[in-house]
Amino acid sequence: MSVKIYIPRDAGALALGAEKVAAAAREEIEKRGLDAKIVRNGSRGMFWLEPMVEVETAEGRVAYGPVKPGYVAGLFDAGLIEGGAHDLRLGKPEEIPFLAKQTRLTFARCGIIDPVSLEDYEAHGGLRGLRNALAKTPLGIVEEVTESGLRGRGGAGFPTGIKWKTVHDTEATQKYIVCNADEGDSGTFSDRMIMEGDPFVLIEGMVIAGIAVGATKGYVYLRSEYPNVHKILNEAIDAARAAGILGKSVLGSKYAFDMEVRVGAGAYVCGEETALLDSLEGKRGQVRAKPPLPAHEGLFGKPTVINNVISLASVPIILDKGGAYYRDFGMGRSRGTIPIQITGNVKHGGLFETAFGVTLGELVDDIGGGTATGRPVRAVQVGGPLGAYWPRDLFDTPFDYEAFAAKDGLIGHAGIVVFDDTVDLLKQARFAMEFCAVESCGKCTPCRIGSTRGVEVLDRLKQGIAPEEQIETVTDLCNTMKFGSLCALGGFTPYPVMSALTHFPEDFRPAPVREAAE
Amino acid sequence: MQQARTEIASAVEPIIDRWKDEEGPLLPILNGIQRELGHVPRESLPIIAEALNLSRAEVYGVVSFYHDYREKPAGRHVLKLCRAEACQSMGGDAVAEKLQNLLGIKFHETSADGAVTLEPVYCLGLCACAPSAMLDGEVIGRIDDARAEEIAAEVRA
Repeated sequence: MSVKIYIPRDAGALALGAEKVAAAAREEIEKRGLDAKIVRNGSRGMFWLEPMVEVETAEGRVAYGPVKPGYVAGLFDAGLIEGGAHDLRLGKPEEIPFLAKQTRLTFARCGIIDPVSLEDYEAHGGLRGLRNALAKTPLGIVEEVTESGLRGRGGAGFPTGIKWKTVHDTEATQKYIVCNADEGDSGTFSDRMIMEGDPFVLIEGMVIAGIAVGATKGYVYLRSEYPNVHKILNEAIDAARAAGILGKSVLGSKYAFDMEVRVGAGAYVCGEETALLDSLEGKRGQVRAKPPLPAHEGLFGKPTVINNVISLASVPIILDKGGAYYRDFGMGRSRGTIPIQITGNVKHGGLFETAFGVTLGELVDDIGGGTATGRPVRAVQVGGPLGAYWPRDLFDTPFDYEAFAAKDGLIGHAGIVVFDDTVDLLKQARFAMEFCAVESCGKCTPCRIGSTRGVEVLDRLKQGIAPEEQIETVTDLCNTMKFGSLCALGGFTPYPVMSALTHFPEDFRPAPVREAAE
Repeated sequence: MQQARTEIASAVEPIIDRWKDEEGPLLPILNGIQRELGHVPRESLPIIAEALNLSRAEVYGVVSFYHDYREKPAGRHVLKLCRAEACQSMGGDAVAEKLQNLLGIKFHETSADGAVTLEPVYCLGLCACAPSAMLDGEVIGRIDDARAEEIAAEVRA
């Protein structure tokens, strides 16, 4: 049997040269007449080691990384296909501390299997959740998800089971499952990674959702910045349809479900669920006022479950192992695991799936290993461009929806961006306002006008014009935006701004500009 | 002019036909046109409007809302450089400065020789290998000075 060599097709690995590594490996295999086969897997999520090449040996998988195209011939010389010794040899991937410390439920298969091989998927526990679901009543499925305590992983943290129950209970001729794959937050890529590394788990989750609430059609709204995902997801959907997982009779049952991918056109606000629905309908991606809730009147006015990728991808394991199994991980009202993305200026950047409760400090210092530049960590932003900046003093905060909210921050989509001591928090606050101005859908005034006024006020502050007055104005403005905006874009932009101002006041009171002496 | 309009129509019509009976066809049509022609020409809007029973204003409103749609063709290469926080934390601003200087253009501009268009993008999901960019759909991570120079040389070639 040919030896399997795994070289990721994850965009993170591709950005670091995985395609050239794969080409070089293919050439070496041919040149040396080896009985080896290249499998393009997803990423394990350790980006300082990407491109990470793995080879299947009698003792299990052996990893090498980071592999540059120029190293490939040398690796084959060193006996890569038997797991031979080399400076880049990392040993068994699952024993690398960054991976060994994780609890991978949602990402159990990511980086291990060929993402578009259904055979691989089933061999690693895939479809067990769907088969269990088919043996239950729709309401039984909803109850299992409710029991798990799963909350929306897109950022809002709304209980998924309650959302599903509402759609289940609403009568309609047509209902929809919409997957929000408009992962626009800086510092996040878990949606991208799962869709590139294990797309069937999302498909399975959507099918289960469809059966649970009585929806027969699903849409994945994918951001246009992810062309690689689009390709892989479409391959997987085709395979699932060919295998009867999608179609008129899901795995031979009485349930019909089919789905397709729709690509956005570059608008951050379309990650907001009602703007996303308008965009799917072919309109400007403008936020809708709620009520009505999408669960009552969603896509084309029909009852719609709209969930984030990770929420839906967590459903198969819940139906496989039971809601109680999932619920037993975590703390307080934050149950299960969360894929945390450790990013930015960090030594060991990547995806770390773990039960809720781990502290910010553990994630940044122990797991992330501090900054990539070797300078002290000064601030981290958690939850994307609408998330708060955290100082070291608050690094004892546990990853938990309520604990974060209690300190005026949010988990959001669980991305952490690390900054070293060269960061200027006034500049970051200004960027938050500027970003809001660029991306505002324009529907409500606090967001549309407030963000632009915010940039101007912070610019005056930067110039040292009446600083105390500017601080008062920006604080007042943030209050208006927070309580007066229709959605999280305008409503949460105050988080980065006010947290920067509160925790790093020294950056907002710059030393007076020195008068030109000459 | 008439010639150009006919050419646009013949490029646009098959795309409209592919999608017009689907749910929510407008974005797939616009995406298809942009993929086919590199931009969404003004002349295509009345054709779309008529086929979907929308007003031209409605179609224009959608086109102008989304950052991706261009009214004019881009350069031969399109370089999208990430400007978001994770890339900022790894010196993204300096890389942006350097690339603008090397290419002799600012964001949203196309070089005079038509070689390259530079666009900002807010996150490519490559935040653990920042700063990042996308050149003609291909992703690039950990851009430093040397890599920026390679990119500039590549688009000039």
